[in-house]
Amino acid sequence: MRKQCLHDPFGFAQGHSELIESMRKNPRSALWLIIILTILAVFINLPKFDNIRLGNKTFNFDPNAVFKIFNLKNELAFRKGLDLEGGTSLILKADMQSKSSSQKTQALEAAKTVIENRVNLFGVSEPIVQTSIVGNNDYRVIVELPGLTDVNKVRDLIGTTAQLSFWQEIASSSAKNISPSDIFTMSGTYFQKTNLSGADIRETNVSFDSNTSRPQVQLKFTPEGTKKFANITQKIVGKRLAIVLDNQVIEAPAVNQAILTGDAVITGGFTIDSANQLSTELNAGALPVPLKILSSSIIEPTLGTVSLQKSLFAGVLGFIIIVVFMTVLYGRLGAVASTALVLYTLFTLAIFKLSSITPYGVTLTLSGIAGFILSIGMAVDANILIFERMKEELRGGKSKDTAIELGFSRAWTSIRDSNVSTLITSFVLYEFGTGIVRGFALVLAIGVLISMFSAIVVTRTFLRLVYK
Amino acid sequence: MNIIGKKNWYFLISLIIIIPGLISLVLFGLNLSIEFSGGSRLTLSFSKEVSKEQIAEVKNVFTDNKIKILSAEKSGKYVYIRSQPLSEKQDLLITDKLKEKIGKFKQEQYETVGPIIGSEITLNAIKAIIISSILIVLYITWSFRKVPKPTGSLRFGISAIVALIHDVLVLLGVFSLLGHFYGIEIDSLFVTAILTVIGFSVHDTIVVFDRIRENLKRFGGEDFAKVVNDSILQTLDRSLNTSLTVVLVLVALLLFGGESIRWFVVALLIGIISGTYSSIFNAAPLLVLWQELLSKRIKK
Repeated sequence: MRKQCLHDPFGFAQGHSELIESMRKNPRSALWLIIILTILAVFINLPKFDNIRLGNKTFNFDPNAVFKIFNLKNELAFRKGLDLEGGTSLILKADMQSKSSSQKTQALEAAKTVIENRVNLFGVSEPIVQTSIVGNNDYRVIVELPGLTDVNKVRDLIGTTAQLSFWQEIASSSAKNISPSDIFTMSGTYFQKTNLSGADIRETNVSFDSNTSRPQVQLKFTPEGTKKFANITQKIVGKRLAIVLDNQVIEAPAVNQAILTGDAVITGGFTIDSANQLSTELNAGALPVPLKILSSSIIEPTLGTVSLQKSLFAGVLGFIIIVVFMTVLYGRLGAVASTALVLYTLFTLAIFKLSSITPYGVTLTLSGIAGFILSIGMAVDANILIFERMKEELRGGKSKDTAIELGFSRAWTSIRDSNVSTLITSFVLYEFGTGIVRGFALVLAIGVLISMFSAIVVTRTFLRLVYK
Repeated sequence: MNIIGKKNWYFLISLIIIIPGLISLVLFGLNLSIEFSGGSRLTLSFSKEVSKEQIAEVKNVFTDNKIKILSAEKSGKYVYIRSQPLSEKQDLLITDKLKEKIGKFKQEQYETVGPIIGSEITLNAIKAIIISSILIVLYITWSFRKVPKPTGSLRFGISAIVALIHDVLVLLGVFSLLGHFYGIEIDSLFVTAILTVIGFSVHDTIVVFDRIRENLKRFGGEDFAKVVNDSILQTLDRSLNTSLTVVLVLVALLLFGGESIRWFVVALLIGIISGTYSSIFNAAPLLVLWQELLSKRIKK
């Protein structure tokens, strides 16, 4: 075992073998851990029950109640895709007044991309965003969001335009020569629009002011934006710079010295929520044209219950096939693996449901289900690898106890390397992918991580208990 | 069983499967669905709440008239239909047929809509696949860095990616042929099928490679080809059992999972079988071939 650890680049086996050492001495404590996790998973997975009758008392059961204590924004529930659950459909009309006819299609595409980014950043997975043209002169974006039925919430999510602009203080004497749309006054001071805007921002973050500990939005400009910002601040040292969001002045701080690094901070009276909202919207980019909501409607699921039942039936059948197949191939070992697989499914579903209260919610759609099938295959594979190895060691004349331990430690490097590769793939797909690709990657990564846990901890503990 | 001895035959089998697909890809390309190309969106309004049966009937009317339909969504009295781009004639025809089958309605709107899976999504997915392939090569090269001579660890990484490309080509080729001759379409589910197959392919190959690494450490002195062959045979049971489990689940989905996921399951089946084949008969033999070519060059 020691020797193997030397070849272990991640030190996985190292930590792993210590963990196992302690569990070998005490498989009961590992068993307790598994039992507790299972109870938790079952609790989380249970649906809401109303009016359960127990004797002559009735009461309601809702796993959500526990999570409500934490005052979370999102409800604990399985998030399903548009086809399974329906959602909200919005039609946004683009105001193309400012664009020449040749720019219109391009501007529409750009608007679509910004909305796609916003929806993605707000953590709604697998939306449909598409451009639409009616007749010759009506340009629109259609947005369909799964799961959300509160139209106002959806409006908040994508409705605001987040057009950020920067205005520099000028002397009142020079104000006359500037066109009125590029100038405004605030308590006697004149401000002129600069060429710096939200489009010059590379990224934004929310941080906290070290003195007042109030939330603020940090801006980092693009190289181009940095130059513009440096020029402006150089010119107006000692004067004020107004930051305007959607025609409203957020703040107008005085510039003490020229800022050449391309960093800026907006401090004006945010709550954490509003700072986050602004930061997210700025990150998604500015809309090239103003959009207005033309209509919104709630769409119902397209896949009927029949087709959902069909898929579920096929899934259950597939599961039974795996159980039978494993038991035929590996006898008692197969039964152990099947139990581990049941727990694997419970854990994974629980994580899916739990994910609904985080920004990385898993949406159950057909593509997510594909990722899930693949991860089941990999969970079974880990067990098969271990069992085949044990068989070999038994054939080599090792005792049953030793064969179990050797089977695990020798199969470990291949389980580790194959799963790390899969994790690499899923992380890259999540990082660069959009829409369905992202949903798939998330499900796959969760599945692989839990399958490693299931093979290494669950199967192993069961085997030790069965063979002792 | 001597798999390495016959390796050129196995490479040939792969080529026989891949080349027709490649030719079809070049000549006919892929038959992309409305999700990729965009189309029309119709809004119909009825006088009463629309039922699920009526929605199903809408879809039937479209398919009966050989007009591709992507989705029919309902919202109270309204129905939104996404279909292939409709000509004026087709629009009139379908309106007549629909009135015949499901009763009176008004066509509120006719829109021309862009793709749901735009070129950006596809390009990002391709970019992600290339980046993850490079990272996997790096990871394998690093994880196998202590593998004894004569092999270098970089070869393991590259061979694994060659096997991956093999599987993707098989899948794309077969679906290009299916698309041209049977009208089977590439949709968003196919994209996830490809991603699934990529994950499975590398996973499967690494298990075989891991055994080669272990055996090289134990019997470093032996003939490289023999070590690889032994390693393949030792992991053969596992490879077949794992694939068989997944294949059985997929067959269950194919038979009972319903119409909407049929071709998706077929794509997964082809990919999983190809992935198993390529990790046994391509990836590991490729290591031996590489070794042989190198030693020949050194002798010269």
